[in-house]
Amino acid sequence: MFRIVEKQQLTPDTVLMRIAAPRVAKAARPGQFVMVRVDEKGERIPLTIADYSAEEGWVAIVTQTVGATSLKLNSLAAGDAIADFTGPLGRPSDFVTVAEDELRAKRFLFIAGGVGAAPVYPQVKWLHERGVRVDVIIGARNASLLIFTDQMRAACDNLYIATDDGSAGFHGMVTSLVKELVEVRGEKYDEAVTIGPMVMMKFTAMTTAELKIPTIASLNTLMVDGTGMCGACRVTVGGKTVFACVDGPEFDAHQVDFDEAMRRQTMYRTEEKQAYDRAKEGASASASVSAPASDHKCKIGRDE
Amino acid sequence: MANKIARLNAREQDPTLRAQNFEEVSYGFTADEARLEASRCLQCKHRPCVGACPVSIQIPDFIAEVRDGEFTKAADTIARDSLLPSVCGRVCPQESQCEGSCVLGIKGLPVNIGKLERFVGDTALAENSFKPVKAAPNGRKVAIIGSGPAGLACAADLAVKGYGVKMFEALHKPGGVLVYGIPEFRLPKDKIVAREIAKLSALGVEIETDVVVGRTITIDSLLDSTEQGGEGFSAVFVGSGAGLPYFMGIGGENLNGVVSANEFLTRANLMKAYDGGHDTPIFVGKRTVVVGGGNVAMDAVRTAKRLGSDAFIVYRRSEAELPARVEEVHHAKEEGIEFRMLTNPVEILGDEAGRVRAVRCVKMELGEPDASGRRSPVEVAGSEFEIECEAVIMALGTSPNPLIASTTPGLETNRRGGLIATEGGATSRAGVFAGGDAVTGAATVILAMGAGRKAAVAIDEYVAGLERFFWFE
Repeated sequence: MFRIVEKQQLTPDTVLMRIAAPRVAKAARPGQFVMVRVDEKGERIPLTIADYSAEEGWVAIVTQTVGATSLKLNSLAAGDAIADFTGPLGRPSDFVTVAEDELRAKRFLFIAGGVGAAPVYPQVKWLHERGVRVDVIIGARNASLLIFTDQMRAACDNLYIATDDGSAGFHGMVTSLVKELVEVRGEKYDEAVTIGPMVMMKFTAMTTAELKIPTIASLNTLMVDGTGMCGACRVTVGGKTVFACVDGPEFDAHQVDFDEAMRRQTMYRTEEKQAYDRAKEGASASASVSAPASDHKCKIGRDE
Repeated sequence: MANKIARLNAREQDPTLRAQNFEEVSYGFTADEARLEASRCLQCKHRPCVGACPVSIQIPDFIAEVRDGEFTKAADTIARDSLLPSVCGRVCPQESQCEGSCVLGIKGLPVNIGKLERFVGDTALAENSFKPVKAAPNGRKVAIIGSGPAGLACAADLAVKGYGVKMFEALHKPGGVLVYGIPEFRLPKDKIVAREIAKLSALGVEIETDVVVGRTITIDSLLDSTEQGGEGFSAVFVGSGAGLPYFMGIGGENLNGVVSANEFLTRANLMKAYDGGHDTPIFVGKRTVVVGGGNVAMDAVRTAKRLGSDAFIVYRRSEAELPARVEEVHHAKEEGIEFRMLTNPVEILGDEAGRVRAVRCVKMELGEPDASGRRSPVEVAGSEFEIECEAVIMALGTSPNPLIASTTPGLETNRRGGLIATEGGATSRAGVFAGGDAVTGAATVILAMGAGRKAAVAIDEYVAGLERFFWFE
C-alpha cells in the first residue's frame, strides 16, 4: 500500500496528491509516468509524474476526475492509501541526457493544456535549475481551471496564460498564443514540448510544424500494465507502430498520427461511461467527492 | 503390478455449460480414482518419465505412494523437486514429457501422470500439509527478478538451502504468467496459484510487488553493497519472462478492436474484467478471431467464447502443427470454437469509425519442411476471403522485454532479445543468472521452472565460491 501524504484540491475536479513511494521518488526523472491502482478491484491507470522529491520520498500526481477510477482516487483523503503505485515508467525526456552546456545554448517553450500543466512542471523545473532558458504557456477553458501557475512562474523565465473565454491572460487557444509569440512578438524557440489533451497536442504540433520548431509531445494513451506487455498503447509515429509505455511516452510531435491516437483512446468509451455512472451513483452520498464541472462541453467528441 | 485397467480420465464440466462460465474445466481425480489410475503404473526400473520431466520429479515413487493411499508422502516426494504440483499438473505439456515417455504408452495409453500430480498437489493444499523444511540461514541474500514460474522455482530451491531470498515483481500480484496469462478455467487463481505461492512465504521468501527492475531499481543497485548505497545481494536471478507481444505488421492492426492476446488475457485474468465487480473494461465482439495456434491462442479464444462471443482460431498451418497442448485443443473444440486451419490474415478491415469489421485472409498449403522441421505454409494464389468479426486477438508469441538488458551494463542478449545464459543460467555478468522465457523466448511453465532450479544450483556454487574467495583474503 502507498500512503497519500498530502492532498490539495486544485480546482473543483482536479486534485494533487503526494504519494509516499521512496523507490519511485529516488528513480524518477522528468517525462516519466507511474501506474496507479486505487484498490483491490481497481484498474491500472497511467499518470504522468507532476513532481517528486528523492530526499522526502514522495511523488506527486495530478488527477482530473473524468471517469470511475479518477473519481475513486480523488475522493480519497490524506492519510488514506492506494493499493499500487508503480514506476517510474517510460523513457525520461530526451533532454536529461543532453550536456548542460548544449541545453543552455537553447531556448525551450512548453505548451501545456489543462491538467497537462502538472506533468510539464518537473521538466520545466529540471531545465530551469540548470540555467536553461524556458518559457511556458498554460492554456485552459477559463481562469478557474488553471493549475500550477504560481510554482510554474517561479520555475521559468516567462509564464503565459491563455484561456478560451479570455477570463485570464491571452484570449484564445494556446495555438494562437504560440503564433503571436513567435510571429508578432518575434520570440525564438529552439525546441517545444507539449502536454495536454490529444486534440490540443495535435493542433499545437501543426502550429509548431508551420513555425518550424522541433516539438515533443507526451502521449497519454490507454495502458494496462505500463511495462510493454499488452500493447494497448500502440501509436503510429513516423509510419511505424510503437508502444507509448516503453518507447515513449514522449515522441516527435510532428511524426505522431494524432487522429489514430484519439480514435484509439475511445476504445472503451462505452464501458468507461457505464463505470463512471455506477461510481457516481455509489459515491453520491459522499459530499467530499468532486464531480466534473457540469457545464463542460467536450471539444473532442467525448459527449457524443 | 501391471493390470488391464483402461487409462482413467478426470471428469469434466459439461462443455456447453462451461463455455459460459469461468469455473475450472476438469474436476480432477477423487481419491479412489487417483489410487486406481496409480495402480496402472508399471514401476519400471529405467523410469523414462523422470528423465523426461524438466524438474526430475521422482514420478514412479509418488505414484506408488498414491496407489498405497499415502497422499501426504506423495506430496513430500514431489515437493523435493517441485513446489507447484497443482500448477504443473494442470498446465504441463505431459504428452510430450512424462506421459510421452511412459512405457505403457508404447502399446496403449500412458499413465495419467498429470492428473495424478494435480491430485497430490490439490490434496496437500486442501489438507494444508506443506511443511517448510529448510537449512539454517547462511547469511547470504539472493534477489529474484520476476515471480513467474522460473523465479518461483529458483526462489524455493535457494530458500531451502538457507538463503535469504527476495523476489521483485513488476505487476501488483505475484505469479507472472500464472496470474496474468493462464485463465481461471484452466488454473484457478485464488484456490490454486495464490496458495502455491504462499508456500514460498512459508519458506521465508519475501515478495515485493510494484517494482520494475530496470526502472524502479537496477540490477547494479541490487548487487551493490549497502555501504555503496545498494541492497547487498550476493547474486541476482533474472526470470522476467517474455512479455512483449508480437504483431503481424499487416494493415489495420491499430484499428479499434485489435488487441494482443497479452492485453486481452491480462484484462480478463490479472484485472478480472470477466467478473462484473472489477473496474477494468474488456471489449468482446459478437464474433472474435484469434490469430495463432499455441496455448495462448487457445486461452484467448476460449475466454472470448466465455464472454459471449462466437470465437474462431485462424492458423496458417494445419491442425497437426498446432503448438498448443492436445488437451486444450480438444477442450476448445468441445466448447464450440471454430478452427480455420491453413488460413492466414493479410489485412484487418475497419468501418468508417475505425472499428474492426472483418479480417481478410488467404488460404495456405503446406510446402517443404522449414528450419523448425514443420512443413512451412505457402499462400494459395487468388484464395483471398473475408471473415466478418468485431474483434481480432493476435496470439503470435512474445519476446523478452529489453528493459533489464538495456539498463544492466555487460549483460548480453541474442538477436531475438533473449539474455545469453549457460545451461546453468550464468549470464555474461558475474553474479547475474537468468532462466525461463527471458532467455529462451516464449516457452512453457515447466521449462522455466527447470531453468530456475538449475540456476539455483549454479547460484549456490557461485556464492560458495565468493565465500572461498573471502577466506583467501
